[in-house]
Amino acid sequence: MPLLEIRRVTRRFGAFEAVKEVSFGVEAGEFFTLLGPSGCGKTTLLRMIAGFDLPDAGQILLDGKDLAHTPAERRPVHTVFQNFALFPHLTVAKNVAFPLRMAGLADAEIRRRTAEALDMVHLGELAEHYPNEISGGQKQRVALARGLVNRPRLLLLDEPLGALDLKLREEMQMELIKLQREVGITFVFVTHAQNEALALSHRIAVMNAGRVVQLDAPSRIYGFPASRFVADFIGNCNLLEAEVRAVEAGRLRLHVAGLGEIVAPAAADIQSGERGLLALRPEQVRIAAEADPGWANRFPGEVRDFLYVGDVTTYQVLLDNGYTLQALMPNAAPGRARFHETGDRVMVGWPAEAGHYVRD
Amino acid sequence: MSATDRDHRATGRSTDQATRWAVLSPPTLFLLAFFLAPALIMVLASFQYPGEFGGLAPLTDQGDGKEYGLTLENLAFFFSDWLFAEIFARSFSVAAASTLICLILAYPVAWLIAQSPKRHRDLLVLLVILPFASNFLIRVYAWMIILGPQAALARTINGLLATLGLEPVSLLFSPIAVLVGMVYVHLPFMILPLYTNLEKHDPVLLDAAQDLGANAWQRFWRVTWPLSLPGVFSGAALVFIPVLGMFAIPDLLGGTRDMLIGNLIKDQFLGVRDWPFGAALSIMLTLAVLSLAGLAAWLSKPRRRAT
Repeated sequence: MPLLEIRRVTRRFGAFEAVKEVSFGVEAGEFFTLLGPSGCGKTTLLRMIAGFDLPDAGQILLDGKDLAHTPAERRPVHTVFQNFALFPHLTVAKNVAFPLRMAGLADAEIRRRTAEALDMVHLGELAEHYPNEISGGQKQRVALARGLVNRPRLLLLDEPLGALDLKLREEMQMELIKLQREVGITFVFVTHAQNEALALSHRIAVMNAGRVVQLDAPSRIYGFPASRFVADFIGNCNLLEAEVRAVEAGRLRLHVAGLGEIVAPAAADIQSGERGLLALRPEQVRIAAEADPGWANRFPGEVRDFLYVGDVTTYQVLLDNGYTLQALMPNAAPGRARFHETGDRVMVGWPAEAGHYVRD
Repeated sequence: MSATDRDHRATGRSTDQATRWAVLSPPTLFLLAFFLAPALIMVLASFQYPGEFGGLAPLTDQGDGKEYGLTLENLAFFFSDWLFAEIFARSFSVAAASTLICLILAYPVAWLIAQSPKRHRDLLVLLVILPFASNFLIRVYAWMIILGPQAALARTINGLLATLGLEPVSLLFSPIAVLVGMVYVHLPFMILPLYTNLEKHDPVLLDAAQDLGANAWQRFWRVTWPLSLPGVFSGAALVFIPVLGMFAIPDLLGGTRDMLIGNLIKDQFLGVRDWPFGAALSIMLTLAVLSLAGLAAWLSKPRRRAT
């Protein structure tokens, strides 16, 4: 039995359905992420799990027990809010002690567990500071300590890294993973940042327009997007409109209008003649002065633009037949990376096992 | 650092200072002219002799054989009679009671306004200050009618008392009437600062408190109330201090035994025409209020627990 079970949950605001018949389970100890663009219903779902909102239809079960009649303050579920929501009139220690005090624990026990929680996030020295005296990263840690201190069954995190700058965000990602492994508490994480979701989660539920459109491990979500939306939303992707011409052993022969014949890896239940998309990640696309014999698909083109970001460079290549493809090349060559300049004639290609056919 | 840099810095600093003076001068002058100077005049007056027909006796000998110069008599008189201490004590109790009642009545009102939809708030605040549109004395006279013996209120109460076999009471000219008047007149001064404070509270803090296990009462007592204390303190000051000095309400609504400091001071200036003693009473009142404010500031100062 999953720790948390969402059963056909629907939530309407007037005529607008924010969450539509969503079902999934979260296992104990899992780092589970709800990923989607703003307005996709992920925060509404999180608020229903926390108890700030109730589903119009469906059930939310924790340990097999329906939470419908359990108010937020009695759910063994804590939330880390987007802007941390630390109590400005309480010190760091008293913020962390707040849930213990509400639970009515003895003073000595509260002191011991508060100190433990602060040590866990390396904030023992700031115990007597007020929230306005500490940095954003420190506030984040206080919010985590406060959420974890009385060991909830579930910790909900509502875009908790959104308020931090990039460098700090990456640091906190590492720390979150470590923390979750140490405490073993189930995390349900909400974000619109796909790289965060990929980096942190055991499993990701991608949401769009109130529905879960794909639920899988990060590498499956990235490598095998189930729809145009997922392919487009997660990472960068070349999306080629394609028609299936032939289904062979382990291979698909696709026809892309304006580009021609393409060989792609097979997927289950594909019928010859159907239409779909070939999702091709930029890092799967190679460019070189001469075509490589390993490339099953190859097209001549011209470098139109490139974006150098240090570790990698993304090239925009205009193919002779009018298509523009993105190719990502690592700048790992010893010394200095060898760039293709704008205007260079190049060959673009990818092997038969690259790309993923998506039924549209 | 190059020479031009240094020059630039130097001019920058002097313009900074000029700006600071330009900004600070008007309020400083205002305070000097309208607060400090009158206060000093009052202090001086409290050490003078009274003039023959009100006013103050001269500071220097006029050669007419009358009193002149400075004296401690006024202060000595104040400390010579328990009556004054009693009036002070009564005034402070009335002020404290009015403040407390105002707080209890104003808090829910301010909270409800702060909770109401944004587009209604301005209108509701306007309704709170609407009574100021009519004259203060007229509003107090209205209370004389409401509390008067012929009014429905008094007749209902006395009717009830009569059926219980009790003596009728007078609502008007009683300490209760004074309290009612004080609370009525000063209620907006408590509502407005409380509303201004409560309106700024981040609702997510209440969500966080509930999420962490706080029930409705705990959310109020652990989050809303402590965060609203600045509003409570300013509201309390805005009610407490004016009530202390108020003389019109006790004059009109109170009985003969309900004299407060305000009445006492007023009588010194307008009745017995002893300005110096009136000034001395005012100074004592100011000192009492200031020491109370100092005490409150000291008590409410956040102190970090030593670790």
